[in-house]
Amino acid sequence: MKKTYKIDVDCANCASKMEKAAQETAGVKDAVVNFMTLKMKVEFEEGADPAVVMQDVLKNCKKVESDCEIFL
Amino acid sequence: MTAKQKKMLLRILLAAVFMLIFVLIPFDRLLPKKIAPYVRFGVFLIPYLIVGYDILLKAVKGIINKQVFDECFLMAVATIGAILLGEYVEGVAVMLFYQIGELFQSVAVGKSRRSISDLMDIRPDYANIEEDGQLVKVDPDEVEIGTVIVVQPGEKVPIDGVVTEGVSSLDTSALTGESLPRSVHPGSSVISGCINQSGLLHIETTCEFDESTASKILDLVENSGMKKSRSENFITKFARVYTPAVCYGALALALLPPLVRLLMGTTPAWSDWIFRALTFLVISCPCALVISIPLSFFAGIGGASRQGILVKGSSYLEMLSKTKTVVFDKTGTMTRGTFEVTDIDPSEDAALTWAAERSPKEIKAQLLEYAALAECHSSHPISRSLQEAYIKEISGSPDEISAASSKKGSAGGAEKLSSSPAEKDAAEGAEKVSPNPLDQNRVSAVEEISGHGVEATVDNLSVLVGNAKLLRLKQIDPPAESTSKASTVVYVAIDGKYAGTITISDVIKPTAPEAIAALSKMGITDTVMLTGDNRAVAEEVASLLHVSQVKSELLPQDKVLEVEKRLQQKKASDTLVFVGDGINDAPVLARADIGIAMGALGSDAAIEAADVVLMDDNPVKIASAIRLSRKCMRIVYENIYFAIGIKLLCLLLGALGIANMWLAIFADVGVMVLAVLNAIRALKA
Repeated sequence: MKKTYKIDVDCANCASKMEKAAQETAGVKDAVVNFMTLKMKVEFEEGADPAVVMQDVLKNCKKVESDCEIFL
Repeated sequence: MTAKQKKMLLRILLAAVFMLIFVLIPFDRLLPKKIAPYVRFGVFLIPYLIVGYDILLKAVKGIINKQVFDECFLMAVATIGAILLGEYVEGVAVMLFYQIGELFQSVAVGKSRRSISDLMDIRPDYANIEEDGQLVKVDPDEVEIGTVIVVQPGEKVPIDGVVTEGVSSLDTSALTGESLPRSVHPGSSVISGCINQSGLLHIETTCEFDESTASKILDLVENSGMKKSRSENFITKFARVYTPAVCYGALALALLPPLVRLLMGTTPAWSDWIFRALTFLVISCPCALVISIPLSFFAGIGGASRQGILVKGSSYLEMLSKTKTVVFDKTGTMTRGTFEVTDIDPSEDAALTWAAERSPKEIKAQLLEYAALAECHSSHPISRSLQEAYIKEISGSPDEISAASSKKGSAGGAEKLSSSPAEKDAAEGAEKVSPNPLDQNRVSAVEEISGHGVEATVDNLSVLVGNAKLLRLKQIDPPAESTSKASTVVYVAIDGKYAGTITISDVIKPTAPEAIAALSKMGITDTVMLTGDNRAVAEEVASLLHVSQVKSELLPQDKVLEVEKRLQQKKASDTLVFVGDGINDAPVLARADIGIAMGALGSDAAIEAADVVLMDDNPVKIASAIRLSRKCMRIVYENIYFAIGIKLLCLLLGALGIANMWLAIFADVGVMVLAVLNAIRALKA
């Protein structure tokens, strides 16, 4: 399953760090951050609950980039 | 500017004013020698903290979260280092300029983000629904299939549908890049994203908002980032290696040379080397690289979509730029894919019987009329072309007919003809005009003879329309078969006698030769045409188009094999492009390096199967797409070389002690801003 989230982040490098953090979160199959459209597209693993996984994604993203925001 | 940006601007101005004041105050003369340095340190902390507190905070958070090497950390280390070395002004200035750069970047990116989204401003915000005689604006998401929506002049069509009421012309330029307006009338299907230019339209929706053309296109362009190009991946990987590498380099620069000097017995000059190391750190931020490459692609894709060329991802744009071979389907790609009457040839004795005392032109018209009427119940492509040619003949407005014929693929052609726009206008002007030129009352006893043609009675005359076999079947001698097999010849017999032939052929698109010429001008001379048609037709078309190779009489699976053969022969770095209309060549589209589907307005299958979608069916767009991709890639490489080059140069100068903090700031922020500005060029086609 794929879902798109709106994000807020200041710089391109930070966006790519978020992308890496999201990709490495358990339950996430793939994640792509588009800095230009400020959107994060997340593909979830089979059977993962997006609501739960996204909390972890947000936590991991905050770790690498404290200023970022994901609008869940 | 957003609130965040305004706040930043205020902080920058405030800090700059404080700094200027403190620079001008001669602390050493005003205060006793013992306390002056401490006071100086204290007052310079004020502008430093005003402008840099968030950077310091983020640096601390980064360390807590084990994300040491981020740019905030670098800036914090560099500026604190400068301050500890007693370079207060430099320390504050570096922070100040870093923030100015960041602000500038934020504004520039915001601007480009907006200019791209403006370009793709096809997303409709609302739909009008009539309730109790009043128009109500509703969210297009809430409109269900089959609802009648109202589109006023100047408004965007929000959802795909069919016109139920009203006549107008639609501006499709936001979708196709073509400025020619398209006229619509009851029965025509309309797609979302077009702008209604003249009349009020009532439209019955045929799909939901999410499934509408405009939504799909936006979705496609916005998600094009999912397929990242090799250059983008390269830069991402490069950035991940680059930052730590420069940081370790800085550490080495700060420690090794002084230690070596110490061992050699000279003064270690610690502060000098540490300062050089700090300069190193400032240069190390990879933002210029990380932003400019995706931004270039994004701008390129945005600019292309403005011209009706949808690219599904930056990787495809990258591959498209390396095109060496273009393979294309004939029917529907280089030709219209619809049969058209190209010649009417009445027999010489025709004038004696059913068409006595008429001019040759009238005889031709009469022959076509009889043939069209006899075929008026059939929806066979050949019958349709006869009907269309006849309507065109009497209405005398070829544009409208071709517009109607290009639409007929989706809905039944025969019904559509009865509401041809030209005729609709005529009906409105003077009601006595028959609503349908193909008056079916004149036709009776229609009998379709499978594989042969049609026999019908028109105006009490027996009319036969079909192939030569049909005439022989009815004991009429057809004339010798024509030598050219490049077209279909329809034989007509009236009142039991041979009356003449009507030649029908698939017409080459007027821009097709130009398209091939444009490709070869760009250095793409390997153009291959594949077709299922017979050799004569294929070669005639090929010679008109000047393609380099032609393969005829191919079954759909042969086309896949042919493309596969060529894929194996070519160099890995070259790209093979296949262009088709997406109707029955989806497997080939998928197999080629790049599949370009054309004429995609309203065809979901084509949008699904292809990597690049041309919204209209103009083959010249193939060359435009390749040209755009090349321009975009040129900008991408410019940015890569420029950004990496300047950074490495500055690193070298910094290590040698020639570059100061100011140059370092330029290497960081200035390069990025220039790269962003360069990337934006890709928007303009």
